[in-house]
Amino acid sequence: MSLKTIAGVELNVSEEGYLEDMTQWNEEVAKEIASEIGIELTPKHFEVINYLREKTAAKEALTIRNVGKSGIVTIKELYVLFPKGPLKFSSKIAGIPKPTSCI
Amino acid sequence: MKNLVILGAGTAGTMMANHLRPKLYSNEWNITIVDQYKTHYYQPGFLFLPFDIYSKKQVKKVGKKFIPKFVNYIQKKIEKIIPEENKVVLEDETLNYDVLIIATGSKIAPEETEGLIGPLWKKDIFDFYTYEGAVDLRNKLRNWEGGKLVVHITEMPIKCPVAPLEFSFLADTYFRKKGIRDKVDITYVTPLSGAFTKPTCTKALNYLLNEKDIKIETDFAIESVDNDQKEIVDYEGRRIPFDLLVTIPTNMGDEVIEKSGLGDDLNFIPTDHNTLQSLAHENIFVIGDATNVPASKAGSVAHFQAETLTDNILLYIDGYPLKKEFDGHANCFIETGNNKALLIDFNYKTEPVHGNFPFAKIGPLKLLKESVLNHWGKLAFRWIYWNMLLKGIAIPFVSRNMSFKGKVFDIKPEEK
Repeated sequence: MSLKTIAGVELNVSEEGYLEDMTQWNEEVAKEIASEIGIELTPKHFEVINYLREKTAAKEALTIRNVGKSGIVTIKELYVLFPKGPLKFSSKIAGIPKPTSCI
Repeated sequence: MKNLVILGAGTAGTMMANHLRPKLYSNEWNITIVDQYKTHYYQPGFLFLPFDIYSKKQVKKVGKKFIPKFVNYIQKKIEKIIPEENKVVLEDETLNYDVLIIATGSKIAPEETEGLIGPLWKKDIFDFYTYEGAVDLRNKLRNWEGGKLVVHITEMPIKCPVAPLEFSFLADTYFRKKGIRDKVDITYVTPLSGAFTKPTCTKALNYLLNEKDIKIETDFAIESVDNDQKEIVDYEGRRIPFDLLVTIPTNMGDEVIEKSGLGDDLNFIPTDHNTLQSLAHENIFVIGDATNVPASKAGSVAHFQAETLTDNILLYIDGYPLKKEFDGHANCFIETGNNKALLIDFNYKTEPVHGNFPFAKIGPLKLLKESVLNHWGKLAFRWIYWNMLLKGIAIPFVSRNMSFKGKVFDIKPEEK
C-alpha cells in the first residue's frame, strides 16, 4: 500500500494504483486516473463506472460477462470505452479494487 | 428417518457419500446420491489422453464401484431443485431432503462463443475438457502433419486453470518426439495478462515458455471464431490464425442450477467461502466446481473442501455454529513436458511459493520447481484418486488448510 496524490488529495492506493478505499473516490479522482491511462471520460463512461461501484458496494463479483449483461453496455461497447483491458481500467477509474476474476 | 441428498456423483459428491455414511447413524439418516451418468471419469487424465500417454481405459470406471454400501444410488436426470419445499424433482420421482449437498460440477459451454460450434468443430477445432473431446483430439493429433496450433482459453473461471498451459508443454514434447516440432508453431492465447493465473507463478515460470518456444498472446477476450479465415477474433478486432485450435470453452455450472434459480450468470452457486453453506438456503451446502468460491476448480480443492464440509454437516445437524475453516487450499501438479512437473500449493490469500512439500526441509517434493519426482507424483496421483481420494481417505501429511511450514516467501508479484 502506498500514498498517491490524485486530484490534489492524498489517497491510499494498492501497488498497482487501485484505490484502497472506494469512499475516497469522486469524479475528479476518476478523471485524473483516466487521463493517466489515456481515456477521456464521457457520460457513458460514468454510467459504467457508477454501475461497477454499485455492484462492488453490494459485494457482487464483477466480470466482463456480467457488465455485458448489465443493459448499460455490450461487451463490445465496453472495449470501445476502455480499450486494452476494459475491466482492469474501468475498475481503476471507478476507485474499486482490481477484480479477482482470475484464479 | 431424515434424508440427506447429494446431487452429483463426481469427485466431490462421491467423496461426501464416503465421508458421511460412516458418520451418520443409519437408523436416523438415509443418504441418497443422484447422478444420471454411469461412468466416473478421472478428469485429470483428459490432459494425457490426446498425447497417447493414457489409454481410454485408464481414465474411466463404473461410478457405482465408488459409492459406499447403504447409500441409495439413483441414476436419473435431475430436473429441478425446489429449495422452498426442500424437494428435488427427478425425471420420474421427487425426493424430499432435510439436508442437500449440491455437487453438480461445471462443464464446457461451447455454444456461448459465436462460431465455435461451426463447420470446423471437431474437424480443426477441439476441446479436451470432455472425454469425447480428448479422444477426438487424440485421433486428430495422431495424423496431424503440423501447422499453427493455437491453445486458447475463452474466459475465466475454468476447471483446472493450469491444464491449458500443461497441454501446451506436453504438445511441445509430443511433437519433438514425433520429429515434427519444426513444422508446428504453438501459440498460447489467454484472456488474462500473463500465462499463469497467479502472478508469482508468471514471474517464476515464464522461462518455460521461452525454453519450449511457445508464443503467448495475452488479454485476448474472444468474440467469435471466423470459420472461413480460420482465425479467432477478439472484441477489439485482433485476429489470430490457426490450423488447429484447441480451445477451453466457457465453463458453466449445470443447467439444473439455472432452472432452479440458484446460480449466478455462469450457473455457479453463491456459497460461503469458508463454511461452504449456500448463501441463500441454510440447509443447502455446495462443494467442488459447482460453487462460486474464488478457489481453483480442481479435485484437490474438492478434497480439502470435503473434510471441512463433513464437519460442518455434522455441526449443522446437531445445531452448532459452522466452522469457518476452508481457506481455498489447492495443491496441483503442473506437467511441464519431458517427464518433469512442478508442484504448487496455495490458498485464497497466499500465492504459490517456493519450498519443500509436504515436509519442511525434507520435501521430498519441491514447490514451484521442475523435477522428475513431481512428474512421478502426478502419475501416482491417478492411483491415489481411485483408491484413496474418492473413498474419502485422508492423504497422509497433507492437511486441509494450507501449511506455512517449509515455505519460502521469496517472490514478489510482478508490479504493473
